[in-house]
Amino acid sequence: MKHATPLIDQLETGPWPSFVSDMKHQAEKRAKNEENIEFQIPQDVVEDLLGILELSFNDGTTHWKHGGIVGVFGYGGGVIGRYCDQPGNFPGVAHFHTMRVAQPGGKFYTSKYLKEICDLWDLRGSGITNMHGSTGDIIFLGTTTPQLEEIFFELTHNMNQDLGGSGSNLRTPADCIGQARCEYACYDTQALCYDLTQEYQDELHRPAFPYKFKFKFDGCPNGCVASIARADMSFIGTWKDDIKVDQEAVAAYVGGEFAPNAGAHSGRDWGAFDIQKEVVALCPSECIKYEDGKLAINNRECVRCMHCINVMPRALRIGDERGLSILAGAKAPILDGAQMGSLVVPFVKAEEPYDEIKEIVEGIWDWWMEEGKNRERLGELMKRQGLQKLLEVLNIKPDARHVQEPRSNPYIFWKEDEVEGGWERDIDEYRKHHQR
Amino acid sequence: MEYEEAKEKIITELTKKLKSKSKFYFNDLSKILDMKPREAKKIVNKLVQESVLEYWSSGSTSMYGLPGTGKQAGAEHED
Repeated sequence: MKHATPLIDQLETGPWPSFVSDMKHQAEKRAKNEENIEFQIPQDVVEDLLGILELSFNDGTTHWKHGGIVGVFGYGGGVIGRYCDQPGNFPGVAHFHTMRVAQPGGKFYTSKYLKEICDLWDLRGSGITNMHGSTGDIIFLGTTTPQLEEIFFELTHNMNQDLGGSGSNLRTPADCIGQARCEYACYDTQALCYDLTQEYQDELHRPAFPYKFKFKFDGCPNGCVASIARADMSFIGTWKDDIKVDQEAVAAYVGGEFAPNAGAHSGRDWGAFDIQKEVVALCPSECIKYEDGKLAINNRECVRCMHCINVMPRALRIGDERGLSILAGAKAPILDGAQMGSLVVPFVKAEEPYDEIKEIVEGIWDWWMEEGKNRERLGELMKRQGLQKLLEVLNIKPDARHVQEPRSNPYIFWKEDEVEGGWERDIDEYRKHHQR
Repeated sequence: MEYEEAKEKIITELTKKLKSKSKFYFNDLSKILDMKPREAKKIVNKLVQESVLEYWSSGSTSMYGLPGTGKQAGAEHED
């Protein structure tokens, strides 16, 4: 190796897999170059990356400069400029830009495609990737400015691929695998994700928002992409009618013919399946009964926790009147702590061309773009101005489902014109019954 | 507002503030143009396309500036 790295070598000694080992492996691979790749950026980029990381550990400070003006023509996102402040000692990472590449819907890959992106990145970048970044995109770590347009051309012209979002943009939308493989999916997550991605290309590539904005699509309330916690707008599949119950299959679970949780916890012996303890007693809204060999669900009280369906997937199925709920305002803690999404639209059908959904999206953007302060997330604006304000902007009538806990967060207030008689009162009439 | 007028306004205002700052939020631009964000975006997009403005990004936040201004510009242009 070009640089001695005693400090970061220690990261390899733990019981966990180490990125340091991976990077050393990659550095050796580039040094040997058995495939005779005509590297377009310094061959020792990974060695210099290890070197500058060691220096940072030594100095207790970063040697990366903050941000930059690089990008591909016409795009304001997708490329994050990174420059080091020690280019003399570490020329391989003088430029070390990140590129974000939109991941395929549901992260469905073909091995051919994976080979192609790896070949492209070995040739024109460091070969180091992050599969995937927090938002979900494919992250290419480390290339030089002249390579950016070349990579962009290859991606868009030969691989039918686009850059993802970064900065004050709509970020690369992410979805769960959805109806492609999952019987719980209440709508086609990949279709909606793709449609909105195409519709909002301008928002994805040309930054004009106060800050980042994320869409995520979960096919059911199990939330495999955790949209409720990670997206400014989450689209979570749900159903309006009743959970479908197959009593014969319920009996088969009770009788031990079917393994609960589709056999997912079969690593040890948990004893016989106890429907009372493992399903009925765990229902958060206590809306399930199992009596005389029959399972009954009070569907009006169901809060879509998915537990009973997950435990007995062959006996219980999602309802037939399907659509999605829209929640808004989730974010990670930078200001004010982390926030989960708040319910905005309890139910909307997810049918092409998704006009109703787009109306909500654009209504939210109009409000946030006008009222949001610089670097203020939607969730922070919702806290500052109130959920009621958002509902007003979207022309949605507040109902009980918008109130998380009665009395403890009364964020739906009555207005004068909504109350019979308004705020005026006859003081003399009042005094008849109440002393001063 | 006509495009040329808007362009003039942006260049004048940004140049005036150059001593104290070189990077501006999108909101600053729409305030200068006195337009709703969606209207302002059309003009700002065109200004970027014509290289009157350039993007700057930290990765999390995007800003706009006149090309070649600010501390990093010298170091980052491919001289």
